[in-house]
Amino acid sequence: MYAAIGAGLAAIAAGIGVGTIGGKAVEGIARQPEAVNDIRANMILTAALVEGAALVAMVLSFFVAPPGQ
Amino acid sequence: MNSKKVRFWPSSNLGVQFYILRFCSFAVKSKTTSKLNSEAPPQKPLLPYFFWKNTATWFFIRKWHCSFAAILNQSIQFKNMAGIRIYWIALIFIGVGATAFAQHDNHSHPQKSTEQQEASANAVDSHDALRPNEAPHEGCGHPIVEKVGEFNAGETAVHHIADANAIHVVGDIYIPLPCFLYAPGQGWTITTTSAFHSHHHGNGTLAKDGYVLVHGSIQRIQDQGFPKGEVSVSEPTHEERIVNGKKKDIYFVMAEGKCYELDKKTTFDGGLMGGGVTSFYDYSITRNVFTMLLTCLVLFFLFRKAANAATRTHGHAPKGLQNFIEPFYTFIRDDVARPSIGPKYEKYMPYLLSVFFFILGLNLIGQIPFFPGSANVTGNISVTIVLALLTFVLMLASTKRYFWEHTLWMPGVPAALKILILTPVEILGLFLKPFTLILRLFANITAGHIVIMCFVGLIFIFGKAGTSMGGSLAGIAAAIPLSLFMMTIELLVAFLQAFIFTMLSATYIGMALEEPHGDHH
Repeated sequence: MYAAIGAGLAAIAAGIGVGTIGGKAVEGIARQPEAVNDIRANMILTAALVEGAALVAMVLSFFVAPPGQ
Repeated sequence: MNSKKVRFWPSSNLGVQFYILRFCSFAVKSKTTSKLNSEAPPQKPLLPYFFWKNTATWFFIRKWHCSFAAILNQSIQFKNMAGIRIYWIALIFIGVGATAFAQHDNHSHPQKSTEQQEASANAVDSHDALRPNEAPHEGCGHPIVEKVGEFNAGETAVHHIADANAIHVVGDIYIPLPCFLYAPGQGWTITTTSAFHSHHHGNGTLAKDGYVLVHGSIQRIQDQGFPKGEVSVSEPTHEERIVNGKKKDIYFVMAEGKCYELDKKTTFDGGLMGGGVTSFYDYSITRNVFTMLLTCLVLFFLFRKAANAATRTHGHAPKGLQNFIEPFYTFIRDDVARPSIGPKYEKYMPYLLSVFFFILGLNLIGQIPFFPGSANVTGNISVTIVLALLTFVLMLASTKRYFWEHTLWMPGVPAALKILILTPVEILGLFLKPFTLILRLFANITAGHIVIMCFVGLIFIFGKAGTSMGGSLAGIAAAIPLSLFMMTIELLVAFLQAFIFTMLSATYIGMALEEPHGDHH
């Protein structure tokens, strides 16, 4: 059960991180609309990196209690 | 000259006159057909009816006025559109329905409780009459039965994520694969999975050299005294035990009235995911290996064709397959390799391209729900470990003295700080960078697959594992949009993770190759 709670916390962390990145990216686009392509590429890149950290926590919860056992 | 005839000639028989003219000109040059066709409204020819339409219009153009032929063209296409719509609707319905109904073998492991063992003796009567070769179990665990009304979504999902020795196509159809098994003290056993006589659910009833097929993967009888060669055994049974504080599923077979415990294959994870070093090593061609080889072959032929086209049409605009692959190549060269690695990027381009297309191909193949797809390769941590290890080795091989000096003993920092904090952190960071590569790719792909499996499992949860048809339909109505949505996201994730892996590899290699800049000695 605690493994599931840990995975849920990791999901919250991923949500907060990617949401912040998305918000800042949209702000940047609003400030300078002609840079939308560069901003979009950097946003996706950074989102993948931040999700990597959150997914490390999810994988560790997998190791503790694999689903179905 | 009859003036009536002249007056009639242009007004009523204009079409006939026109047609005669067209016919003569058509007889002279055959290019007229294409020109007449181009006057028809530009609609994309629909393939099954293309030839029929073309011959029909050719015939009509030869015989009648071209505008009439154009109208007929349009009408044929309109009829095609209705037919094509019905065809596509039927195809999608059959495809989706088949996928939804195919896995109706809603087998599950029975509920984990100790009273099952006592009830197993009573449960003999309720077993399927289709499996007569099942030996009676005298406390040797309970069989892997199909219990209607029970469905364990998590376990089914994990089972479909895991690797297997035989490719499970649908239902009871398994595609056998070669097996190379090694047990220290016994030597090599080379066979195929079809030699294990698996009839039901991939459970084999023949033990070969002490190896048994359990649910599609090979396990070995722990007892070393078990007779070698081919021995007929019962179907595998299993029970749950607490081993080292963790619940584990132990599998058994019965032979000549005796219970034999089975061992899973060796996994070098030290018991993290329930594995460890056991009595045999499995080096066979499993489903993942087969998929990797298939991907390699496909990529090889694709790129060979594109490269030949590139050398042939050098200087001209690319088209076809080369045109499709060139944007990826140019993107990796200009936006990933050259900014990160710098002037020496050409040496590393083969590796970066290979990694990118290999991971991309494996991710995409994992998304196809049926054979030859549906193999979760990049979601297997062994594969990602090897890929990250390659990047790590490449990064270490391209390091220079400058890199080590500035990573381990950075100038301008007090020595106490360096020894206590900075150097350990830097060494940790050196190993942590490929480690995050491993986990990022593994977790993204595995999480996506598990979510899709759970959405499909909704069908069985709502339909109470096949007992309730109405529930199943409600489950299907819920599962199909969710699964399609999740699969769309998974397509994006497939491309993105391949790109991220490649880009981070390029970044790490670039960091290792850094030259001293500025006013360093």
